Amino acid sequence: MSSDGNLLEVRNLRTYFDTDDGVVKAVDGVSFELKRVQTLGIVGESGSGKSVTNLSIIRLIPEPPGKIVSGEVIFNGSDLMLASNEAIRKIRGRRIAMIFQDPMTSLNPFMKISRQLMEMTQLHLGHTKAQARAHAIRMLETVGIPDAHTRADNYPHEFSGGMRQRVMIAMALSCEPELLIADEPTTALDVTIQAQILELIKKLKRETGTSVILITHDLGVVAGMTDHVIVMYAGKIFEQAPTRELFARPGNPYTKGLLRSVPDPTAEQGKLYQIPGLPPDVAHLKPGCPFAPRCERVEEICRREFPPFVQLNAEHYSLCHFAREVYSESGGTPA
Amino acid sequence: MSALLSIKDLKVYFDLGGGGPLDRLFNANSVKRVVKAVDGVSLDIQERETLGLVGESGCGKSTLARAILRLIEPTDGRVFYRDQDLAHLSQRQLREQRRHLQIIFQDPYASLNPRMTIGQIVGEPLETFRLARGREAEQRVQELLETVGLSKRFVKRYPHEFSGGQRQRIGIARALAVDPDFIVADEPISALDVSIQAQIMNLLEKLRREKNLTYLFISHDLRAIRHVSDRVAVMYLGKLVEIAEAKTIYDEPLMPYTKALISAVPVPDPQVEAGRQRIMLEGDVPSPINPPAGCRFHTRCPYAIDACKEVVPQLVEIKPRHFAACIRISPAQPHIEDVAPGTAPGL
Repeated sequence: MSSDGNLLEVRNLRTYFDTDDGVVKAVDGVSFELKRVQTLGIVGESGSGKSVTNLSIIRLIPEPPGKIVSGEVIFNGSDLMLASNEAIRKIRGRRIAMIFQDPMTSLNPFMKISRQLMEMTQLHLGHTKAQARAHAIRMLETVGIPDAHTRADNYPHEFSGGMRQRVMIAMALSCEPELLIADEPTTALDVTIQAQILELIKKLKRETGTSVILITHDLGVVAGMTDHVIVMYAGKIFEQAPTRELFARPGNPYTKGLLRSVPDPTAEQGKLYQIPGLPPDVAHLKPGCPFAPRCERVEEICRREFPPFVQLNAEHYSLCHFAREVYSESGGTPA
Repeated sequence: MSALLSIKDLKVYFDLGGGGPLDRLFNANSVKRVVKAVDGVSLDIQERETLGLVGESGCGKSTLARAILRLIEPTDGRVFYRDQDLAHLSQRQLREQRRHLQIIFQDPYASLNPRMTIGQIVGEPLETFRLARGREAEQRVQELLETVGLSKRFVKRYPHEFSGGQRQRIGIARALAVDPDFIVADEPISALDVSIQAQIMNLLEKLRREKNLTYLFISHDLRAIRHVSDRVAVMYLGKLVEIAEAKTIYDEPLMPYTKALISAVPVPDPQVEAGRQRIMLEGDVPSPINPPAGCRFHTRCPYAIDACKEVVPQLVEIKPRHFAACIRISPAQPHIEDVAPGTAPGL
């Protein structure tokens, strides 16, 4: 058991990729903790390193070109980075499960749904065929597949996108994992189906006590689903705080800009705030703050020196030379 | 304001075969399978307005847009643009009109020819419509690039050198090259990062003001639709189910599907989210192949009654300038909450 009821502690994780264009520091010094039964949201734009962070946690980084250069991932007190391949395979799917954006690429198109679900518990829990089948059907019922008995023998293409994501969730939760990593689980789905799937994840979390890491680019999803949020940009954590605190009192100009650039359906129309410029090319980062070229309150020091990770209060951190000022402007009182 | 584009009872059906004598020889139960992607849509788009068209995948919103421009041939109906029926023009007449009606596509990676330079891509419509050539065309292309916020030095570069947001700007420059009146923006921001979405929405809004454009803005993103649109039309399985001003449709949606759709949108505010009551729809959108009879939403509607299975609801002006298609509400009784819940199949 690790301290303070943390299920997961990631320390100084660095995952780099060798490309023709140079070394891409996809994840560069990321540290965070996940408490039991909590949901952590990781937000960021494409290329911010949010998915690579999570693939690194379960060591699914293709090597080469990728490499986990440094870091510790303490899961339930033991460092996954030091675990043997054999040991990590026993953890994946059994104790840490993942669901991805596109369920079609994660399901085997040639296998019946039932067999794919049965494989999980036969392998990890030592179920007999009959036990596994009964369990598979129970799981499909839990995630709301109507007529689970007959549907279990269908193939993935016979399900709609929302139903496939339900099947993925059934599969991910079939061994009662301690941690569920959901990487953009609803991005490919329609909004009414998204609402169903998010509600399902919430319900299952309440029932099973699974901790969740939810990766998304949608700040609305983060607002409704998570206890804590990490905002990533250019492979770094830019801000980290309890969800309500982050939305109410952002302490980083990037977070602030992101929050302002999402249209609020309850507000009047008018010009939308826009963050100027483009996300950085992580293969060619200049010294200084990676957000400096797009930041509205940039000063000379930002282009020269890498910013400090400033603690604003007990659980709120921001990577910015002017974190305290930004936080004060948002109405916070820096500790 | 007057209508720039007037769509009358537009239908686009796709015949999937089946039900013929030969089919019945092999399978006695074979029925003709028809996708009614757009099924009798009537709609006016006012000059200089942005009409948002929203709906879930498969509802027919892109098909409708393409049928207006005749990128897909409509099965039936009329599309009046400045007193001409686009749906019944000859190919030659149509080509002349196309100049005034342009489209911006969702996927900025698939809609630009990778072997053409940016200059060629943006300049091509000028050539096609014989609007400019030589030095004049070059100059025009440079102006267009600057209008959409790109450097004029980009003319010799190729699409792969640009990010998604920049490519979308190139697509916009190409659409603007012919000086159109009307632009269909088909999910123009869906493939872009959050910080870039705001840039493109602002650019489109700026261009609309400067060039007096009229937009049909299609998106499944209700927050974006709310932000850019003057009026919003909601589509479900090939039919329009509600039209009203953007603010109205968000604040007081009338038709049960619109209500559910709006309640499903996540709001970027944890406090609001914590207190929200969502209307959860059961199940998926039914297949558009031989869709449900009566109101197409009745299979998922919490307020459905037996009559909903038979009567096809028409768009009715329930409140001033607020149209909805639902037999359970009327101008006298506009709020479905006041009407007793039905024997909902979904509940």
